[in-house]
Amino acid sequence: MTTTTPTTDPTPTTNPASEAAMTTTITPTTRPSTVTRSGRIRLPQVTRGEWIKFWTVRSTSITLLAGAVATVAFGMIFSLVAESGAEAPGPAAFLSDPVDLALGGIGITEMVVGVLGVIIVAGEYSTGLIRTAFAAVGRRWTVIAGKVAVLAASITGVMTVAVTAAVVAGQAVYGGGEPTVPVTEVLDVIAGTTVYLVGIGLIGVALGFILRSTAGGIGTLVGAVFIGPNLLQLLPDSMTDVFLEYLPSESGAAIMTRVSDPDLLDRGPAYVVFGAWVLGLLGLATVLVHRRDA
Amino acid sequence: MIEVRNLTKAYGETLAVDDLSFTVRPGIVTGFLGPNGSGKSTTMRMILGLDAPTSGTATVGGRPLAEHDRPLTSLGFLLDAGAVHPKRPAHDHLRSLAVTNGLPVSRVDHVLDVVGLGEVGRRRSGGFSLGMGQRLGIAAALLGDPEVVMLDEPVNGLDPEGILWIRHLLQNLAAEGRTVFVSSHLMSEMELMAEHFVIIGRGRLISDISADDLRATAKGESTDVRADRLGDLVGLLRADGVEIVSSDRETITVHGRTATEIGGVARDAGITLHALVPEQRSLEDVFMSLTADAVEYHASAATPVAV
Ligand SMILES: Nc1ncnc2c1ncn2[C@@H]1O[C@H](COP(=O)(O)OP(=O)(O)OP(=O)(O)O)[C@@H](O)[C@H]1O
Ligand SMILES: [Mg+2]
Repeated sequence: MTTTTPTTDPTPTTNPASEAAMTTTITPTTRPSTVTRSGRIRLPQVTRGEWIKFWTVRSTSITLLAGAVATVAFGMIFSLVAESGAEAPGPAAFLSDPVDLALGGIGITEMVVGVLGVIIVAGEYSTGLIRTAFAAVGRRWTVIAGKVAVLAASITGVMTVAVTAAVVAGQAVYGGGEPTVPVTEVLDVIAGTTVYLVGIGLIGVALGFILRSTAGGIGTLVGAVFIGPNLLQLLPDSMTDVFLEYLPSESGAAIMTRVSDPDLLDRGPAYVVFGAWVLGLLGLATVLVHRRDA
Repeated sequence: MIEVRNLTKAYGETLAVDDLSFTVRPGIVTGFLGPNGSGKSTTMRMILGLDAPTSGTATVGGRPLAEHDRPLTSLGFLLDAGAVHPKRPAHDHLRSLAVTNGLPVSRVDHVLDVVGLGEVGRRRSGGFSLGMGQRLGIAAALLGDPEVVMLDEPVNGLDPEGILWIRHLLQNLAAEGRTVFVSSHLMSEMELMAEHFVIIGRGRLISDISADDLRATAKGESTDVRADRLGDLVGLLRADGVEIVSSDRETITVHGRTATEIGGVARDAGITLHALVPEQRSLEDVFMSLTADAVEYHASAATPVAV
């Protein structure tokens, strides 16, 4: 290797590099004071960065708010349809509980939050921003945890309100004759529904990290979580009985209703099973993210 | 300081980086040169801790980057100027990065001013021109006021004024004592910017050389001469190992004698020289010949292209 002296030396050399270096000073020389160089990056800082990223892309916030509106609007539509006749098509035909009807829009909402989860991760893979994120903080798991925290908090905040509003509004337009159930009596349903929506969002995040592709993530989410179980239900009960209730969608259904259904798990075990899906997929995502090149 | 030791990266059968070792020192701009596909970006991703080396190590200030407390304050980088969400305002993009490393938001405004995007910082980066996008990427690299700045092809897409700007910027950063490591596949972009070159081809080190030494090797072996009594001069110069060809009626090209020697011979014989021009190859030519064997996809120059 050959050596060159650094050109802090103002004497003319043949290298044009040194003359240009004299012209202007671009960064201030007060270097150490501009940065607080204390300690390691901690999760709250990474989470704040993810929070800024989440809320500074307008389509993200609009999507989440649209999901909230859909939750209320579709709940009202299902409740109205149920009022006007027993022959109503779609889910309204199966649902008889006024609270279940008021939450009939969740099928749409879960798609919205799930897709959102995929997009906030896979979108960064497609632009390459994920590399910036990983290299900037060093420990990759903090990026995953930060995204999880931000999406969970955002969905919880928006959807607790939306789900509560849907319970009230749906029942207000329902005229099926049953007495209106006050919100205070269905707090467990509201909590379960919110938890389900958070969980689906996080499954979207996990799929984003696992598959690193928006199309692949959304396809898998829709196919495996939303459509797959409906197709399996067409099979004879004897074949599907053993596992159907353990799927994310079915264990999720069990935590979102106050009606007991012999085909579904009880609420307690359902929470455990649904939580295991979410944590299991996030765990897999974390392992893969650390093992693979970014 | 960046230290790369016996770094190797295999993607399946492909050896993208092959036993590469070099050191990037502070205080100067080091150019990282190699033809397309020679492994520059792969090396940089390993320095950033994004790709795991198959073997070998890459450290920044003696430790892998991922082990640094606040990586952005140790090493600022630009890998790909497109690595932004097009719908996110530039200022928010930088702010989201700054907070992760505990940097004050005032740094965001500062670096936006440094790269000349102060006016448009609140706009979405998707609407930026190619050059503005590069500047935003460079702003992100400067955010942590880092000791080491590493940029992958920062000149791509910049107009001549932008190239001049980035040259001055990087030279100033180096003059402040920082380590500046910049890749390019074009010597013409780097030769006015860098004081040292790490040249690779097919993932292997070809040359780790100062700009001055590289220029010295660019001195050719021949000298073009014009003189009043050309025939006499040819006779006097002729000797073993000296080769003289006449390029045209008035010019000869001499191999095997230096310009100084030729000048001396002419003076002693009273011959007036009209021109004495040592061949000077461009650094581009030197780079091309150094990497000629390592170019992945040769275009055959002889084939006429039908349009
Ligand atoms: N993730 C990957 N998987 C498989 N092969 C890869 C991968 N990344 C790079 N390569 C291969 O490794 C080699 C080096 O690529 P690299 O991008 O590092 O080159 P480069 O010097 O940056 O080229 P350029 O000047 O075109 O940017 C190429 O042959 C490339 O095809
Ligand atoms: Mg490259």
